[in-house]
Amino acid sequence: MDEFLAARLQMAVSLGFHIVFACIGMVMPWFMFVAEWKWLKTKNPVYLDLAKAWAKGVAIFFAVGAVSGTMLSFELGMLWPTFMEHAGPIFGMPFSWEGTAFFVEAIALGLWLYGWNRLNDKVHLYTGMIVGIAGVASGIFVISANAWMNAPAGFDWIDGQAYNIDPVAAMFNKAWFAQSHHMIIAAFSATGFAVAGVHALLFMKNRLEIHAKALTIALAFASVAAFLQPLSGDHAAKNVAKLQPAKLAAFESHFETQKSAPLIIGGIPDVEKREVNFAIKIPGALSFLAHGDFNAEVKGLEEFPEEEWPPVPIVHYSFQLMVAIGMFLMLLAVIFLAGTYKWKHWLEKRWWFLLLVIATPLGFIAIQAGWVVTEVGRQPWIIYGIMKTKDALTPMPGIQYTFYIISAVYLLLSFVIVWLMSRQIKMLQFKYLKHD
Amino acid sequence: MTEIIILILGISLLLYVLLGGADFGGGILELISRGKASGIVSRAIAPVWEANHMWLILVVVILFVGFPTVYSTVLTALHIPVLLVLIGIILRGSAFTFRHYDIEEETPKAIYSSIFRYSSLFTTFFLGVTTGGIILGDITLDYSQGFYAVYLNPWLNWFSLSLGIFLVILFAFLATIYTLGETKEQRHVEQFTKIAKYLIIALVMTGALVFATAELEGHPLFFEFYHSIPSMVSVVLATLALPLLWINLRRNNRQMLRLIAGFQTTMIVLGWFAIQFPVLVKINDGMDITVQSSIAPKQTQLQLLIALIVGVLVVFPYMGYLYKTFKFGNKASDKQKAS
Repeated sequence: MDEFLAARLQMAVSLGFHIVFACIGMVMPWFMFVAEWKWLKTKNPVYLDLAKAWAKGVAIFFAVGAVSGTMLSFELGMLWPTFMEHAGPIFGMPFSWEGTAFFVEAIALGLWLYGWNRLNDKVHLYTGMIVGIAGVASGIFVISANAWMNAPAGFDWIDGQAYNIDPVAAMFNKAWFAQSHHMIIAAFSATGFAVAGVHALLFMKNRLEIHAKALTIALAFASVAAFLQPLSGDHAAKNVAKLQPAKLAAFESHFETQKSAPLIIGGIPDVEKREVNFAIKIPGALSFLAHGDFNAEVKGLEEFPEEEWPPVPIVHYSFQLMVAIGMFLMLLAVIFLAGTYKWKHWLEKRWWFLLLVIATPLGFIAIQAGWVVTEVGRQPWIIYGIMKTKDALTPMPGIQYTFYIISAVYLLLSFVIVWLMSRQIKMLQFKYLKHD
Repeated sequence: MTEIIILILGISLLLYVLLGGADFGGGILELISRGKASGIVSRAIAPVWEANHMWLILVVVILFVGFPTVYSTVLTALHIPVLLVLIGIILRGSAFTFRHYDIEEETPKAIYSSIFRYSSLFTTFFLGVTTGGIILGDITLDYSQGFYAVYLNPWLNWFSLSLGIFLVILFAFLATIYTLGETKEQRHVEQFTKIAKYLIIALVMTGALVFATAELEGHPLFFEFYHSIPSMVSVVLATLALPLLWINLRRNNRQMLRLIAGFQTTMIVLGWFAIQFPVLVKINDGMDITVQSSIAPKQTQLQLLIALIVGVLVVFPYMGYLYKTFKFGNKASDKQKAS
């Protein structure tokens, strides 16, 4: 395997693995906080059981998230030393804040998980909230660093060196806000639907109160997030249209610069012929979505030299997949919100539970697809418009072997976690039967 | 400004050795005691291990923000041992958590335990090897010299390997002393005291081995220690504390033991800092990477410093609270609620 490809794949595997755990570790504390708060308020022991049952999962996910995150903080330098040497002092500021936030999160989680008998109730409850806030904060910091790679700011680049470094301007680059809200909302939506899906399946088998309560909490978060997500995505895409027109063009396989550009849904892009086959085209819709005007001109890939195109098909398929899932989850959110406020009997139907079970992995699939869109869509640049990814590669030969090793470790770990979680979940029904 | 950043870097590294080291050592101690310590080690580590390992993240962040060439040079030349450390960190962290949270069942628990133990040993060893590579000065920046010279020679040598063994013993020693403080049963106290005594002997021997192999590899480590007054003082103090340690072991004075072991380790780390400073990474052609040659621009330093100071102000008291809740005189405050 080509060294460069191996390095990119290793990075993709490491990030893709970490993101799942990071999202769960960031969102679940909020669910546990609500469960614990409900317990303190209602004194219904089912809520306490729920908080504790979730806590076991969170402890496992958080630990794996922490170690895989440690891996990443080194991997950036092991695979892309040239990038880190130049970028470290510029975009390092959010990482230094992230360090603090994550430190606080780890301490608070330790207190929360092991402090049931040692902290007073209120302190324990709010410790859970600190875990949640610190988690979201560290998420935003890391995304802001990634956003800088898409929208570099805070330095002057002269002859391959950075001058006049301004870390604050780098942190608050033009992409940080759009990327942050899109990712944080995605995390809540994906985790919420994943948790709801698992409990829906269990509820279908055995109608325990604990699953009903779990469903309500998880879906409350998930549905608000899934409802907001298309709006957030719209803002994010408009931002990309402004900052990285080549990336936006790749989302849509939009080859020719056009006024009143059509929105291309699905289809198979043919890069050689510069066209998309079998797609549904909605006239003018891309112009409207990208620039808020049906007649606006949308730059096509033809504006850019071909060696600066991202791999179009991968970006296109991932983008379509992400949007499709986003729409589906939004539909579920609408059903849930409608069911909660008006048609209550919907939420007791078998088809509703089946829909939830189907949705279990979807949010995370969309997150992975979304990161492919962002990261592959930025190629061939590692710092957009400044440094090419291939120029940042480590000189060490044999990266394909480290790629195989890392992939094997993560694959094994994934199997163990799935197996372990299913054991935990099976235990759940025996353990909490007593309350019904 | 640079001085304060270096100070915080040093403190983080020291705390990683003292706290993270004890965690790694916990796994090694389980291995040495054939599992007898596992209950005590688990209980002692569980609430704090994740926070303890944050010090490493802090060190890495300070390096790539504040001293980017140190970060990129070390991770290029020492790519292989660092990768092994990271795989070890992933395996031991996961296995430890799985052991703690998986449902009670013999076989999986035994597997998690043995992964946790062996990867603790493995990770510590390669952490020492990596450190050896940074100290020794066989790192080359001329990447055209061939795979062996660039990627193996800097760490695949007697000095680095000895330092790996030394670190294993040091961490196991730290863990044993910490664990003694948590142990109630008399037969365990006796067993750990015995292990501690063996480890002290091994510590002195492997310490000598580190100096000897440094000479063998042409690095005058002894000379450097001898000529730096702070280094000499730290070594003398660490050595003088040995008989004290021995006496307290016999008297079974546990709090005193912890203090002395912590003090000795601190002295070893400070002694190393003193001979190393202001060099951060030794390079084979003599053009060492120093604080001055690798420090990031002023603007970056300022922002890093602000983040670090806020971090220190938040993290230190909170960390103290965590330790107070779970470590010191904790048993009395247990509310003993049925869960």
